[in-house]
Amino acid sequence: VSRLVATGSVRRRKRKSRLVEILAVLSSARAVGALALVVLSVLVKALPALNLDLFTKTEATFGESGGGIAHAFVGSLLLVGLAAAMALPVGVLIAIYVSEFAGPRAAMVVRSALDVLNGIPSIVIGIAVFSLLVLAIIMLPLISRATQEVLALVPQSLREASQALGVSKWRTVLRVVLPTTLGGIVTGATLGIARAAGETAPILFTSTLFTNTVSTDPHHPVASVPFIIFTYSESPDPNLHEKAWAAAFVLIVFVLVTSLAARFVLHRAARMLRAG
Amino acid sequence: MDAPVPLSEPDASALASRRSRHDRTGDVALRALTAGAALLALAAIATIVYEVVRGASLSIGHFGLPFAWHQVWDPNRDIYGALNLIYGTAITSGVALLFAAPLSIAIGLFLSELAPSGVRGVVGALVEMLAALPSVVIGLWGILVLGPFVQNDLEPFLGSFLGWTPFFRGEHHTGGLLPAMIVLTIMIVPISSAICRELFLTVPRELKEGAYGLGLTRWEMVRGVVLPYTRGGVVAAILLGLGRALGEAIAVTQVIGSAQGIHLSFFALGDTLASRIAAQYQGALTALAVSSLAYLALILLVFTLVVNVAAQVIVKRFERKQGR
Repeated sequence: VSRLVATGSVRRRKRKSRLVEILAVLSSARAVGALALVVLSVLVKALPALNLDLFTKTEATFGESGGGIAHAFVGSLLLVGLAAAMALPVGVLIAIYVSEFAGPRAAMVVRSALDVLNGIPSIVIGIAVFSLLVLAIIMLPLISRATQEVLALVPQSLREASQALGVSKWRTVLRVVLPTTLGGIVTGATLGIARAAGETAPILFTSTLFTNTVSTDPHHPVASVPFIIFTYSESPDPNLHEKAWAAAFVLIVFVLVTSLAARFVLHRAARMLRAG
Repeated sequence: MDAPVPLSEPDASALASRRSRHDRTGDVALRALTAGAALLALAAIATIVYEVVRGASLSIGHFGLPFAWHQVWDPNRDIYGALNLIYGTAITSGVALLFAAPLSIAIGLFLSELAPSGVRGVVGALVEMLAALPSVVIGLWGILVLGPFVQNDLEPFLGSFLGWTPFFRGEHHTGGLLPAMIVLTIMIVPISSAICRELFLTVPRELKEGAYGLGLTRWEMVRGVVLPYTRGGVVAAILLGLGRALGEAIAVTQVIGSAQGIHLSFFALGDTLASRIAAQYQGALTALAVSSLAYLALILLVFTLVVNVAAQVIVKRFERKQGR
């Protein structure tokens, strides 16, 4: 309480307050500056290697210039797509369970489990299970949480109205509640995809022997964009450094655009639910 | 085709009962399906823990608990100990946390109290974008841009200033503990500051206005009202950032330089639990080497679980206190 009693010279107190405000502004500027620094240096270094070949050709033989990383793009698309196909239905079902069926205690347990899952380092998950499943496990909490957030916004009166019309619970959930949460599901899926697309650690252990050709066979190890960045950045070949920067640039653009889009969709969905 | 027969009383009730039977099965089925999915999440955690323990069992049997305080990690003699790596993890995450905590709180305050609403949205989105940057990209930047800067400018500068302490002396490298700390700080700040902003926005307006009404300056209001009100939550926000820092493998592997030994100097090369796993798992030759890396993963898993559960408990208590 004594903190709430103003004592001392007003001018000095104001100056101190001003100083802290300036520090807060500088801190924020530093965070934004770090983002700008990383993005800009990636852009500058990536420019020489950003061309059509990057997306259409596969790796050049060592020491030669040219070539591209088409195999990595195809591999990433395949891995992330399959992982999303696994995580999306499970994540949505978990969200439905938590907000429509579970009692308060069970809901808390499941929610805590999702938080724990979200907190396990991906490198540890990578040691435990195979890579596709790792990506799915990484996406699961993100998808489920975004869906839960929107499910919580669906007005109770909508559920009650449906049940008052004699519609059973499962039909209410699937036909009335779920369609209104489409925005949340899309957001969760997009956030999950953005996160999984940049994940390197779990893929590290399974794609050592990947081929440098375009391969769509999931039984064979595939290259992926983050893995290419990791291995190329440790290579002495400057041509590969250039490719690493270009791949990083493409990855950044993809991740930032998808996360921004996800936030936009969630914002709109939430606003429509609140208004409706 | 038969002409539609108007429903008589018994028919209608039969239909209704069939429908209610349908509905009951549907309800039970959907409930079971969703509960099954929830069980999958629990099963995923159990599987991860089981697999890591199973992978580590050989090493646990061989070295036992002393693994955690033995320093030697020598694949040639097949002897492994985790102390170097536990130290590396603790020192990089700890120092990164010291940088990140005040920064995150300050950014949270800026976004919740100071910034005009237009700036607030833009800066908030930019900070969140920093969280979305893939760690491998931050690592690439760390090794090719930050590394040379640290070696040629930052370390000589710090050495000339603070060289009398044991932390800032020795050879300058492009990699090492210092770049790892910087990279981790960049990764913690967006997570913690986003949570801090949300917390600070929950402080009731009446309390803030009351403080201003008593004649306090903005900083005195923050110190007297906002920070005490959100104290638990801020600790949790920082713990969640710590959880990310402890487990970060890729970016740290790229910059830290994979070295043995415990060095007080931040200029030295080092290694962490996560980066040792990332760097050596593929090349591990003996079964004991693979198992010891899984043992490292187990230690890391325990650390991150403790940190995350602690954060959750604090958040729960905070929410209860607020009556939410």
